[in-house]
Amino acid sequence: MARGAFAITKGRFFGWVAAFVVATLLLGPVVAVFVHADSINDELTGEWATVRFTLVQAILSAFLSVALAIPVARALARRRFVGRGVLITLLGAPFILPVIVAVLGLLAVFGRGGVLNSALGWAGVEPISIYGLQGVVLAHVFFNLPLATRIILQGWQGIPGERFRLAASLDMAPRDVFRTLEWPMLWSVLPGAAMVIFALCLSSFAVALTLGGGPRATTIELAIYQAFRFDFDLGRAAMLALLQLVLAGGAAALALWVAVPMGFGAGLDRVVRRWESDGATVRVLDGGVIVLAALFLILPLTMVVLSGLAGLAKMPAAVYSAAGVSVLIALMSTCVTMVLALGLAQRAEIWGYLGLAISPMVVGTGLFLLINPVADPMALALPVIVMVNALMALPFSVRVLGPELRAIETDFGRLADALGMAGWARMRWLYLPRLRRPMGFSAGLAAALSMGDLGVVTLFAATDWATLPLQMYRLMGAYRMEAAAGAGLLLLALSLLLFWFFDRGGRVDVDA
Amino acid sequence: MLMLEAVVIRQDGFEMQADFGVEAGARVAVIGPSGAGKSTLLNAIAGFLDLAEGRVLWDGDEICGKRPGERPIAMLFQDNNLFPHLSVEQNAGLGIDPGMQLNVAQKEQVLQAIARVGLEGLEARKPGQLSGGQQSRAALARVLVQRKPLMLLDEPFAALGPALKDEMLDLVGELASESGATVLMVSHDPRDAERFADQAVMVAEGRAEAPVPVAELLADPPETLRAYLGASRSTVPGG
Repeated sequence: MARGAFAITKGRFFGWVAAFVVATLLLGPVVAVFVHADSINDELTGEWATVRFTLVQAILSAFLSVALAIPVARALARRRFVGRGVLITLLGAPFILPVIVAVLGLLAVFGRGGVLNSALGWAGVEPISIYGLQGVVLAHVFFNLPLATRIILQGWQGIPGERFRLAASLDMAPRDVFRTLEWPMLWSVLPGAAMVIFALCLSSFAVALTLGGGPRATTIELAIYQAFRFDFDLGRAAMLALLQLVLAGGAAALALWVAVPMGFGAGLDRVVRRWESDGATVRVLDGGVIVLAALFLILPLTMVVLSGLAGLAKMPAAVYSAAGVSVLIALMSTCVTMVLALGLAQRAEIWGYLGLAISPMVVGTGLFLLINPVADPMALALPVIVMVNALMALPFSVRVLGPELRAIETDFGRLADALGMAGWARMRWLYLPRLRRPMGFSAGLAAALSMGDLGVVTLFAATDWATLPLQMYRLMGAYRMEAAAGAGLLLLALSLLLFWFFDRGGRVDVDA
Repeated sequence: MLMLEAVVIRQDGFEMQADFGVEAGARVAVIGPSGAGKSTLLNAIAGFLDLAEGRVLWDGDEICGKRPGERPIAMLFQDNNLFPHLSVEQNAGLGIDPGMQLNVAQKEQVLQAIARVGLEGLEARKPGQLSGGQQSRAALARVLVQRKPLMLLDEPFAALGPALKDEMLDLVGELASESGATVLMVSHDPRDAERFADQAVMVAEGRAEAPVPVAELLADPPETLRAYLGASRSTVPGG
């Protein structure tokens, strides 16, 4: 419908302001990075190992996550069992799980004194180490296997049930069903899923910080931090940021181009009746896969809770003030995210995705370079962290709100136009009430992501204060593992609480 | 009165022409085969479609450049005539002020309109808690407070049963008589046209014809309309 004639006057101003703010905040630092970067020629040779490690771990993480997710998604798609819904909900949890909490849980299971090595030692096998490449990839798989599973499960449930009925009436064997129905679906879903995970892992910082490190296991994001923190070599940091920008930016662009699946979609609760996979062996295999996947997810989290409970009493007071700081930052950055997302989702959605291409450390480096000549960056730490956290949550919020907003326009746009509802009236009486659910959900995501973030804060925080994740990292660095475990439990609880608070707020008392 | 001067509408390869006037206070049925462009014509008048050529005037003023909400028009669509998240009272209130800033007198006006369409006591209900007929009445309450001189009805009652639809058409007729509004109503049922309208605009083969008396048109339908109406019409006494 040709609505261009009056579209410009319809309060789109807000959208362009939001786009301008996002572009300035993201592209300004990029320009600063360009200007300050050391010449790449003299330095690149020294960074080659870092670049290679960044790529290798991201490729391995993406490949393993997707490959392992296929059997899990298939088992979930065709089996009905008690706790299936809970398990699928749990698959969404790593997204809002603070990285450092998960790392603590993984250490408790796979670490030196962990459950696995105890079992291995009992069996007389040499202990395995969680540090280095294997640890980084393990943690990435822990985070992204669930994401990949949800994306692939969505693909499976996108296959109409009638097709499986047709396959049954043609007496197809599992192999035939796979070839004619499942493989074409996988072929269309897997590249997108792998690309997203690859892009996410390229910008991995907190995992590399805790499980990597050293010359053989440093990602570019981590190298930026080291250039800052250990050498205060801003030229080198900027040069690394430039490298990161090219790599991650390219990967994000590619991922967007392959069409990003997000795995947020509803309707994962349906199980299509299948006939070809009724055999006992297949059932047992599926059951085994589900149990293993569930253990892989639940065991580290259980360890966090158990050791956390023991450590709660041993936490220093600094943990509580750090928790306060983190909650404050999370609430503020959630507000910023929601305002920007509402503005962008209307007309300028693409700007919201810019945060995927520009990693937090790149923005952090750029902002540091911009602020440094005129003010003390440490003094501006709070607003910087709020803004960066807001920008990093923005792609997900825009992805959730965009389609909803378009649906509202399709259904009620004409009515609102006919009544002359524009600008704030349209926002107040049409968008906001109808967007409550998705807004609650995406605000919950934004708050939890900010709460658990361990990134730019490492560049900007002075020694006398910290966010909760940073405080936890400092405790781990000082080998105060019990106190760290207590802080981890607190962080986990606060992240989930924030998510629940916003998500619930969007759900209660919503009708029609 | 409403004037369509040498209007040409183009949309995805579809083209329609219209060049006629409608007297103030007239009740006009817009009839024709499905897909002929009846809704398109109404959408163009309401401002949801830009004209390729020509002008639309109301009482001598050109309204083409105006936004839909600024035109002297109240429109009812096929569906989604109410916001499901707002109460009957709020939905109607939007007809007075799209920002819902109502003074005491305006609130009173909204309540009166709701009472006039027979929904007294249901002001606080949301559309989901109303029957189909009640939803139509709620939408009409809003049209009532909008106080626009031209009403465009794009088959808003199509989903209702025959008796309920007749009831709604009669109510629209009463409301229009009270306010003196001009009404254009899309219909694919000649029975509705006969019941409600005194004139009919036929839309077929890329043209919207000037309005003629309904009885006349149905008594001696042109070839294109005859095919659409079917053989049974010839046995019904005209008028």
